[in-house]
Formats: sequence, structure tokens, C-alpha cells
Amino acid sequence: MICETWTEKLDAYLDGELATSEARALGEHLRGCAGCAAESLSRVQQKRALQAAGQRFVPDPAFRARIQKSIAAKPRHWSRFWFPALATAAVLLIAAVFPLTINRERRGDQQLLSELADLHVATLASSNPVDVVSTDRHTVKPWFAGKIPFTFNLPELQDSPFTLVGGKVSYLNQSPGAELIFRVRQHQISVFIFQEQALGNTRSEDAVQTALSFNVRSWSHNGLRYFMISDVSPGDLDRLSEMMKAAG
Amino acid sequence: MFRGNKTRSLWFTLVSVSEGTLPPGTFEQLAMPHFERLYNFACWLTQDRQEAEDLVQETYVKALKGFSSFQPGTNFRAWIYKILRNTFLTSRTGLKATATVQLDLEGEDEALPTMKETPESILVQRSDWQLMQQALEQLPVAFREVLVLCEVEEMSYQEIAATLAIPMGTVMSRLSRARRALRAGVIKMQSVGAQG
Repeated sequence: MICETWTEKLDAYLDGELATSEARALGEHLRGCAGCAAESLSRVQQKRALQAAGQRFVPDPAFRARIQKSIAAKPRHWSRFWFPALATAAVLLIAAVFPLTINRERRGDQQLLSELADLHVATLASSNPVDVVSTDRHTVKPWFAGKIPFTFNLPELQDSPFTLVGGKVSYLNQSPGAELIFRVRQHQISVFIFQEQALGNTRSEDAVQTALSFNVRSWSHNGLRYFMISDVSPGDLDRLSEMMKAAG
Repeated sequence: MFRGNKTRSLWFTLVSVSEGTLPPGTFEQLAMPHFERLYNFACWLTQDRQEAEDLVQETYVKALKGFSSFQPGTNFRAWIYKILRNTFLTSRTGLKATATVQLDLEGEDEALPTMKETPESILVQRSDWQLMQQALEQLPVAFREVLVLCEVEEMSYQEIAATLAIPMGTVMSRLSRARRALRAGVIKMQSVGAQG
């Protein structure tokens, strides 16, 4: 009877799970009880045999490598984490700034054209449209010397419908420039020449525009920006602008 | 140099544990030492090497995903074994194995032998691993797993209780019955072998 009580605790004893006092008492019993000692030995043998037999399956090293690779702590490449964020930010920035830039450029252009149209209209309305009155380009060009910080060439207008009326100093963005007046039939054409750096945020490529219903041609050459504005037909403007460009 | 690294490592561990977070790479450091044993346990559960590989792989994937739920300072081994076992139980093989359990795991079972056989019958064949393996294979999965966890993995009763999600008392009674069933199986095979 008493042995049955002990054998119930034998497993916990052999598994090292019995409380110290109980383990000590059971140990003493085993030393004095051959039946329980034999049972204990039998169970120990079974434990050992199972321990050895149970370690049966060994994984393939390739499988281990596969698992290890799948769970390996991945180094936090900055690009992996930041690239999408940076790319998104860049796209947003471009999306936000590019239209602004275009708008600003467009707004600058429109503002410039309005001012040029105003200057042209003012010249048309003036009783003294020009300060140097001459049809001779060799008179007009030297007149500007010392009045504006650059020089320019005027085309030979012989055999053309265009006549040089004269010129005057004009100002745009507080910078001095040349305004030349040409006449074709009864129309007047203003040609403004300014330094590009004085114009700020405006486009510099060739452009065909209109301002207040005036036709406008503009182009750049040698750091100077040329604007041609008039109510004449675009064809006339193109022709004169080609002659101006050819004169360089 | 070594002391510095050790101090820093200890500091890092303490900080990590106190903050409830673990440094990157910790999962690998904690999980990989159990790999061979997990695979062995998976083989005993599934009784098929390919299925065992799938089971282990799924276990590692699940454990990595759920690593944030692991509380530093608690028993990692019991945690990952539990994941493996739960994954197995919900697998087709696992469902089949648990559905065909014939033994009343916690109750009395007349089919199981009592201590009538002599201890010598075990001692004679104690080194016969193959016999022991066959007897273990034929046990219901609930007996198989508790025996492997206790004898092969040498888990404490507390760890086994955590892994199997059963009370300590149930661990003890199930273990006792599993051992008796194993012994009966070995004796049966010995007698068949002797007759053959």
C-alpha cells in the first residue's frame, strides 16, 4: 500500500520535479525497498532508452540554411526604407514646384509683355516718340553709346518695306535698354532690346505671343533679349525679326 | 574589448527587456538554436519528413511574424514549440491524428498494462532503440508529444504545460499514462519478436 503511494510519485522523482523533502523521503524508501528500487531502475532505463531513441531525425543542412535565410535579420539599407519615401517626396515636390515655376515664368512673361505693350502704346501716343530721329542706322546706333550698357547691330533696311524712325532709351525693371521704332506702311513697330539678366524670371527662347492684341516676337542673342511688338501682320514681324537676327 | 562588448550586450538586453522591445536579429538568435530539436519534434508529430519540413518552415514564419507578441523574459522555447504544435494540430495530418485518438487520455484505460510485467523485460532490450522508436511511433499523438517533450527535449513539467496549454496535473497524469502505454508497446513488440 505504501509502495503504491511511492510509485505514483516515482515519475516526478525521476523527472526531477518532486519537492526536495519528498524526493529525500522517496530516496530513503528506495534504498530500503527492493521492489520499488527495481521499478525505479526500470523506469530510468526506459527514460534513457527513449531519450536516445527520440533523437532520431536530423534535418538536412540545406533546409537549415533555407530557414536561416528566411528569418535572417535583414540589414536596414537606407535605400530600402527611404527610397520609396524620398521618391514620393520628390514626386510631390516636383508636382508642387514645377507648376509654380511654370506659373511664375508664365506670370513673369505676361507681366513683361504687358509692360512692353504699355511702352509701345505710350510711344505711339507720344508727340515725341523718339529721342534720336534718324532713318540712318549709323546715326541711331552710336546715339545709344554711353546711354545703355550694351550695343547692338541694326539691319540694312534698303529694299525692304521697313523704315527706321529712330530710337530712345527705355527702361524695364529699372534697367535701361533701347527702343527702336520702325515703320512699315502706316504701322509702327517697336523693337525693345534689354539685357537678359535684367529681365528676371522670363523665358529666353524664341517666342510668338500676343499682348493686348499686339503681335509680339521675342528672341535672345548674345545675352540680349529682343522684343518686337506691333499691330502689323505676323508676317511683317517675322520678316523684320529675321533681318534683325541676321544683323546680330 | 571583450568586456566592453559583453557589457554593452547586457545593457542592450536589459534595455530591450525593460522596454518590451527586442533588438533586430534577436529572433534569429533565439530561434535558430532550437532548429534541430524543433525539426525532430515535428517529425515525431507528423511522422513524415516532408511534412515536418513544411511544419517547421511555417512555424518559423509564424513565429517571426508574431515575434512582437513574445514577451521578453518568458520562455521562448515553450513559445515556439507551442506555435509548432498549434500549427500541426490545425494541419490536415494533425486534424486526422487527433480525430482518431482512441484512448481516453486522462481517464482510466483497462487496455493499458499495470505493473504486472517484470522490470527485467524492459532491461533486456533497453538498448534496442529501434524497438523503442517503433513503440513511440504507434502511440497516439498526445502521448507521443508529451513523451518527446519530457524525455527528448527534457522540458520541465511547467514548460510542457505551457507548450501544450494544459494544467500541470494533466501533464503528470498524461505523462504517466504515456509511459505505461509505451512500455506496453515495447513488451508487445518484444513478445511478437520472440514468437517470430
